[in-house]
Amino acid sequence: MFAIFQYPFIQNAFLAGSIVAVAAALLGYFLVIRGLTFAGHALSNIGFSGAAGAVLLGIQPVYGLLVFTVAASLAIAVLGREIRERDVAIGVVMTFSLGLGILFLSLYNGYAQQAYSILFGTILGISRQDVLVTALFSLLIILSILVMWRPLLFSSFDPEIAEARGVHTRAIAGIFLVLVALTVSMAMQVVGVLLIFALLVGPAATATRLVRRPALTVVLAIVLGLCYTWLGILLAANTNWPVSFFIATISFAVYLPVRLLSPSVEVRDD
Amino acid sequence: MSISQEPVIVLEQVNVSLGGQPVLQDMSLTIQGGEFIVILGPNGAGKSTFLKLLLGLLRPDSGTVQVLGHTPQRGNPAIGYTPQHRQLDSDLPLRARDLVGFGLDGNCWGIGLPSQKRDVRIEQALQEVDALKLADAPVGRLSGGEQQRLLIAQALLTDPKLLFLDEPLANLDLARQSEVVALVSHLNREHGVTVLLVAHDINPLLQVTDRVLYIANEHSCLGAPHEIITSQTLSNLYASPVEVIHAEGRFFVVGAEI
Repeated sequence: MFAIFQYPFIQNAFLAGSIVAVAAALLGYFLVIRGLTFAGHALSNIGFSGAAGAVLLGIQPVYGLLVFTVAASLAIAVLGREIRERDVAIGVVMTFSLGLGILFLSLYNGYAQQAYSILFGTILGISRQDVLVTALFSLLIILSILVMWRPLLFSSFDPEIAEARGVHTRAIAGIFLVLVALTVSMAMQVVGVLLIFALLVGPAATATRLVRRPALTVVLAIVLGLCYTWLGILLAANTNWPVSFFIATISFAVYLPVRLLSPSVEVRDD
Repeated sequence: MSISQEPVIVLEQVNVSLGGQPVLQDMSLTIQGGEFIVILGPNGAGKSTFLKLLLGLLRPDSGTVQVLGHTPQRGNPAIGYTPQHRQLDSDLPLRARDLVGFGLDGNCWGIGLPSQKRDVRIEQALQEVDALKLADAPVGRLSGGEQQRLLIAQALLTDPKLLFLDEPLANLDLARQSEVVALVSHLNREHGVTVLLVAHDINPLLQVTDRVLYIANEHSCLGAPHEIITSQTLSNLYASPVEVIHAEGRFFVVGAEI
């Protein structure tokens, strides 16, 4: 089973997958506590259109992905001030963008493999240079989050008090969403845009149900994300079934029992 | 501690509007250090707006506002603030000590390394509000009164001179209300903290209140409870007849939505 590690493409898959899993779990934690998981999903769908547009133009899909997701994250940050309105705004932007994506695909007369790999990832086709680029981007994302860790945490849990205490909540929310956009663009290679939820939100959603201390929750989310990714690649390499299928399935299979078995909610009465 | 003759909040001819609508007009007042002020008035009259003005979250259209001798600027550690509180999500993945800790360094950059000194200060604040035993409890599972006490502990961590509490008694039963009142009163008397507390009902606070700021109809008046909560003063403020009944040491306002 472990003989596969002699192949460079498996090594690259493990490296890139691990890096992305760490960044995604970290960002995912904040998506969960900010109630922004739908935005995470929408950004990946929006990214699909950008990637499809890039394919049509004959450039690397990741550039189209970056442009679309970063633009959309800024739009969400500006439009989504009212939580009540936010999901509607995100949904409208997402469907419009998916519409564009399908147009780009229909205009593109080439090989359908390109669209397939955007949707479901190409982790077993990653080069050593891709790994390096992914590592650099991840480092940037992770460092940014660590620098704004406390104000981001404060404003995620209580934006009103954070604002009064001098935290620039609006700017922090915008920067955070741009970082999510970058993470989504990176994660596309690993799990594809359709299944980013599995790495972004899956581990963090499970971790927040198990522990409550913020730093510990993030560590647990990262450990879970790494396990999902490693196990997914290992199973895929030995079965020839898609990696993203395994990662998504493991993510679901862990979340479900945790969700069902975590202690039922009892709000204390005075 | 008693009331000093040091003004801590001074407003002169302040006008505030929100979205083009005037909220407060020609407001002038002086609040002395160590006072316990209760802010009353109907919903939407501008009680929270008044606090936001003092916090530097809003700017007046005209007039001057001075808090501790300066124009208000948000992020002032000399002010502790708890906004109107809603019950936290029961699944919120956060412990009481994490929530309280935001008050100490939530606005600082970086991850903040764990330190014993930090833990001690947080535990002192929890002790102050009699919530030390809740330190490791998940905040979402705590009752409204317990959450309110935690928010007060959070506001206390910077050793503020001023404490602004927006409706800390809302949604609490009488016993929890008096617990919170006793706690805030203790901070006011023992530590000399100037308190501005927004409430709907003066009665649970009568024993501890120095002056009442009544805001209604874009105007306000400030004075001792028995001066302000009278048929005449409130009728003038509302510009419509209001009847105040004073019975058994309690005030009952009839004919106005308070």
